[in-house]
Amino acid sequence: MSVTSGPAEAIPAAEVEDVELYHPRSWLTKYVFCQDAKVIGVQYALTAIAIGLVALVLSWLMRLQLGFPGTFSFISPEAYLQFITMHGMIMVIYLLTALFLGGFGNYLIPLMLGARDMVFPYVNMLSYWVYLLAVLVLVASFFVPGGPTGAGWTLYPPQAILSGTPGGQDWGIILMLASLILFIIGFTMGGLNYVVTVLQARTRGMTLMRMPLTVWGIFTATVMALLAFPALFVSAVMLLLDRLLGTSFFMPALAEMGQQLQYDGGSPILFQHLFWFFGHPEVYIVALPAFGIVSDLISTHARRNIFGYRMMVWAIVAIGALSFVVWAHHMYVSGMHPWFGFFFATTTLIIAIPTAIKVYNWLLTLWRGDIHLTVPMLFALAFIVTFVNGGLTGLFLGNVVVDVPLSDTMFVVAHFHMVMGVAPIFVIFGGIYHWYPKITGRMLNEAMGRIHFWVSFLGAYMIFFPMHYLGLLGVPRRYFEIGEMAFVPPSAATLNAFISIVALIVGAAQILFLFNLAWSLRHGRPAGGNPWRATTLEWQTPQTPPGHGNWGRELPVVYRWAYDYNVPGADQDFIPQNQPSPGRASPEAAA
Amino acid sequence: MNKMAVAVVLILLAVGSVVFHFLSPWWWTPIASNWQYIDHTLIITFWITGAVFTAIVLFMAYCILRFRHREGRSANYGPENRKLEAWLTVGTALGVAAMLAPGLIVWHSFVTVPPDATAIEIVGRQWQWSYRLPGQDGRLGTTDIRQISPDNPLGLNPEDPAGQDDVVIEAEDLHLPIGRPVKVLLRSIDVLHDFYVPEFRAKMDMIPGTVTYFWFTPTRTGTFEVLCAELCGVGHSAMRGRVVVQEEGEYHAWLQEQHTFARQLAQVR
Repeated sequence: MSVTSGPAEAIPAAEVEDVELYHPRSWLTKYVFCQDAKVIGVQYALTAIAIGLVALVLSWLMRLQLGFPGTFSFISPEAYLQFITMHGMIMVIYLLTALFLGGFGNYLIPLMLGARDMVFPYVNMLSYWVYLLAVLVLVASFFVPGGPTGAGWTLYPPQAILSGTPGGQDWGIILMLASLILFIIGFTMGGLNYVVTVLQARTRGMTLMRMPLTVWGIFTATVMALLAFPALFVSAVMLLLDRLLGTSFFMPALAEMGQQLQYDGGSPILFQHLFWFFGHPEVYIVALPAFGIVSDLISTHARRNIFGYRMMVWAIVAIGALSFVVWAHHMYVSGMHPWFGFFFATTTLIIAIPTAIKVYNWLLTLWRGDIHLTVPMLFALAFIVTFVNGGLTGLFLGNVVVDVPLSDTMFVVAHFHMVMGVAPIFVIFGGIYHWYPKITGRMLNEAMGRIHFWVSFLGAYMIFFPMHYLGLLGVPRRYFEIGEMAFVPPSAATLNAFISIVALIVGAAQILFLFNLAWSLRHGRPAGGNPWRATTLEWQTPQTPPGHGNWGRELPVVYRWAYDYNVPGADQDFIPQNQPSPGRASPEAAA
Repeated sequence: MNKMAVAVVLILLAVGSVVFHFLSPWWWTPIASNWQYIDHTLIITFWITGAVFTAIVLFMAYCILRFRHREGRSANYGPENRKLEAWLTVGTALGVAAMLAPGLIVWHSFVTVPPDATAIEIVGRQWQWSYRLPGQDGRLGTTDIRQISPDNPLGLNPEDPAGQDDVVIEAEDLHLPIGRPVKVLLRSIDVLHDFYVPEFRAKMDMIPGTVTYFWFTPTRTGTFEVLCAELCGVGHSAMRGRVVVQEEGEYHAWLQEQHTFARQLAQVR
């Protein structure tokens, strides 16, 4: 059966009762304690962006130290480790995960599937408030004695809970672990919602194989997160017990600064396995929603059907499954049994194949398209460049023996920033420029958007591309200062200063973006219901921004896949999913 | 105008990255061990990934030049092309295999310690390196964290006869003879560390409670810097040391001057 469109006459007319929704009764229940997934999505996104700003400032501070060592006396070795730790943790968990799943997931899943809301709106609301609490606990760790933890975002014991690490014997590590535990509780409430909504609340005609790839990406990532986060949850609980009650889950017999400690019999490497059993799927928990969203951006703005839709879906599912058997490629030099290397190198390089297929299909969607270089499209193109670059350097690090000289160097830092920092964030930007008109009813300012794009794209590439070569040289990561090293030429310091200056500029461009978000709210060009002439259901709502319940009296009925652009014989260059026949506009689209 | 700019920037980015790669003054350190195979595998990976990256970015630039929106243009409608998708999958699989196969072969030799390798021990603690060499008997004695004291900082078992002639080197450089394979046993007495000499290419974490290892053969004399490559607390970036690779004769002359564990203990008592 073709995925593109089904026979219209097979689907009876919509006969949908008004479902039981919670209707807000006051300003407080409409905008604050709100159960509408659209508002929750925006709450998630704004909170994630706010805490992301903290991470941005931290990255500035660490770049000041690396670019101009010794110049800023307030940056101590302790502070530097705290900066890198909190920057990493915020970006991976509290920004990327929360923004893709909590932000885009909440806003888009019900709208794209033709549902009125998530299936458990009250739990959905709780999910956001627990997430906010997790963020507040995280922020609190900046203000406690000893400051936040400086254990690195991987929190490896024993050092994470010992006195040689900032926050190890103070409040820092305790609040960090508590915050992670809260985050996972909050995420689980939201995540179950997304999965059940996708499986149970799709509108008539919206088969799984007609869902937009955005939903496929978010759905698969959520399933993965529900399976992976428990590993982090138990490791956080056990590490907290080791720290507070003196248990020895991860702590062997050891002597700290000549003093015997009471721990005995625990395994530090067990923590690493648990951490990466979560940590590697986490990479794809961030990447898969980005894959999905970018597929829809490229298709819409190239006015061409996504190429190889079924292959794209299977690639998402295959990547999701494979990502659970590659975790120990983060541990090639951890001292685990060396024979693991053969297995994990093989699985890791195999995952490159479905990933490459996705890249080819994005390119083949551009090919013979009608490419509109809108701001969302520009960010989608920038995503492809940075993702391919970072994905290819992953083939160095995944191929066990090549990883040996490169692990724990700046090469790794450059690699993961390119592939899971810069690339997904470009998709977030692309997504925000794309859906802002639906959320607010106004377009983001185009000129500001283009400046933001060019500075971010070229700047990020200039930061992270040369950084690989510092790692190749042998410069280790997580170093407060390189100091005197015979093998490091003076030119490396020049490069570090250059990278730092570019990082300051790229950071400043993000402030322009935030200004644009606020400015366009009142001054942006009115968008209308479907400014990009897109096919998916969220653009066919009777009101923009969509009202409570999304669809008015009747739910939309889906007759085709999400990618009917430039269908031969159709009277316009797109056919909405809820339009029965190519030539005739549906009542929803006309409204 | 703006549309051309996007394509031109992509072309410049692809070409610029390749030019940067060849002109970069930042490149790996001259190798000083037998692991030139690692360097070869890395070079193969650079060629394959570099070609793919350049091809993809240039293809994007081509698409933008050729298929960018103009008045009256319409896109081609074509959901799938099974044959093309199959060819791309097979081609990718071959490219991946071309990198993985040599990688696994070299990894096999990396984890296979030659029987004639001399075992030495490197101990990490916050934030310094210590070393232990087997004495005349060629064996290292047993250790226990609970034996650690100011007089016995590495926790050697004083009852173990095999440990009496071990040479303990603290706060000094490690010396190694050239051309002889070494099995490095790695031990930590507090947190994770990682013994890292860029010129040797090999590295491995040390974990308290476990002994880990790697092996290599020094192939060049000289003094090399030791770094810690696994975050170990505030002193991480200051945890430095040196390895001196010498000709056999010089090495033995140095070894003669070192004290055995038994003699150190006797001095204390």
